[in-house]
Amino acid sequence: MTSTYAVHSEGLEKRFGAVHALRGLDLAVPEGSICGLLGPNGAGKTTAVRILTTLSTPTAGTARVAGHDVTGDPRAVRRSIGLTGQYASVDGDLTGRENLRLFGRLQGLRGAAARHRADELLERFALTDAADRPSRTYSGGMRRRLDLAACLLTEPPVLFLDEPTTGLDPQSRESIWEGVRQLTRGGSTVLLTTQYLEEADRLADEIVVIDHGTVTATGTPDTLKAAIGSYVEVVVRSTEALPDAGRVLGALTGGEPVLDRAAATAGAATTDPALTLPRVVRELDAAGVALLDATVRRPTLDEVFLRLTRRTTTDKETAA
Amino acid sequence: MSDLTATLGSSPRDAIAMLGRYLTRMRHAPGMLVITLVAPLAMLVLFGYLFGSAIGIPGGGNYREYLVPGLFVSVAANGILTGMISTAQDQQRGVMDRFRTLPMSRFAVPFGQTASEVLVAAAGLLPLALAGLAVGWRVRGTAGAALGAFALLLLFRWAAAWIGQYLGMLAKSEETAGQLASLTFMLPMVSNTYVPTEGMPGWLRFLADWNPISSVVAACRELFGNAAPVAAADAAWPLHHPVTAALLWSLLLLAVFIPLCVHRYTHTDR
Repeated sequence: MTSTYAVHSEGLEKRFGAVHALRGLDLAVPEGSICGLLGPNGAGKTTAVRILTTLSTPTAGTARVAGHDVTGDPRAVRRSIGLTGQYASVDGDLTGRENLRLFGRLQGLRGAAARHRADELLERFALTDAADRPSRTYSGGMRRRLDLAACLLTEPPVLFLDEPTTGLDPQSRESIWEGVRQLTRGGSTVLLTTQYLEEADRLADEIVVIDHGTVTATGTPDTLKAAIGSYVEVVVRSTEALPDAGRVLGALTGGEPVLDRAAATAGAATTDPALTLPRVVRELDAAGVALLDATVRRPTLDEVFLRLTRRTTTDKETAA
Repeated sequence: MSDLTATLGSSPRDAIAMLGRYLTRMRHAPGMLVITLVAPLAMLVLFGYLFGSAIGIPGGGNYREYLVPGLFVSVAANGILTGMISTAQDQQRGVMDRFRTLPMSRFAVPFGQTASEVLVAAAGLLPLALAGLAVGWRVRGTAGAALGAFALLLLFRWAAAWIGQYLGMLAKSEETAGQLASLTFMLPMVSNTYVPTEGMPGWLRFLADWNPISSVVAACRELFGNAAPVAAADAAWPLHHPVTAALLWSLLLLAVFIPLCVHRYTHTDR
């Protein structure tokens, strides 16, 4: 079966002894798109990437990358992928230029071609000035750019970026993001894992939220936000009115209110499209809660993420 | 077996690229190379003049002439240590996983690494040989036999590099490898490298006589014609047939550790 998905997995499972790191992961990433694999620490993101890049084998389930089975034909998979991340790194004792030449040669580029390609990528990732320094002396951002360059040497059609910007300052993150966007303009497919919702929101065509080794939600950033509806938030004059505000909001939305004493705010999520701002204000006014401000807005991805992962945590606790 | 066919096609080029990496690292850290070359000379002085004055060898030959072939072999056995440290480093720093995701043969990385080790060892034998000549060591056999001894030393170094690489992959972290290193340093001690085994208590002598290092040392003494004291009548079989034993040991170690390494390299799972 040839799929039009660049990455396609069904029922992927991975056990390490008693630890069940993946429990039936299904992924389908269309060619040329960016998929954001989003989840908290320990959700199984890295395990999934390690299986999809042939570094590890699944306990059960199947996965195809660029049409090749990861266990049946790992060599063909390796010819089609690039990986950067926590575990795949360059040699810190070599300079940036030497690293790119080495990895180019190991991927079949001949001497002159490897040299030329290395120079080209150093230029593109603004590393030319640092090209002849050992890469261990690079800043975090430069190091990630070099990592990214190292997996682009042969322009593989599918790229796996495992937490590409963890620990970077905002400016360095922007430059990595720009690099990733350029890739998909050239037709590559990107699967990136991240703990940053902002990153998924800004880059991904589709987000897959995983927790405890399984998918808890899938969709574009917009559909995920729509699924959780809108978010009502009010600022009260006195924090003593917070419990009342919370009770009213809870009754209106059917959701669990979130109270913030420091900011004097009460908020709740709702999927009820009929809930309007005037109605919120009227009800609170009737309950004698003095308001300074009130908003009904679409949730941020942070709120979506918290809701999705909190729900699975609760489910798990109930099950256990 | 498509991997094997592909290996035959691309492995030499990949191995040469890995060798280039090794040599470039050497160029960046010349201090390491100097230590590699000078450490055996320090051992020559330490044992040849310091401890050696108190060590007697059966038949009353020149101790330094007895010692130099032993030092050659301890340089070769050092491949365990250097192979282990560099492999653990690659593993911990994620370079190994980058290699694993490249479409090259599963043999290229370990072959390239161990081949580099052999080259460094070959370079390391030269200063030791010159220093040996200066302190009274001589090649008393034929030139052919001497070349055979050097070839045997490189073969053994290659086997040692594979052992080191396997241990490095098992150790995973640089810290663990560093601790194991102090153990491997003792391996040449429990052999006939520095002292004859005849004087050792029975159980220790058994270990020392069957230590592959002892076979290689005895073989080198025989091939260089260094007044090798005739093996005691009650010595273990390897010391009576040192050249055969040294070859067998080297080939056996290669036959065991090459498949172990390649398997471990291919199937490491976390």
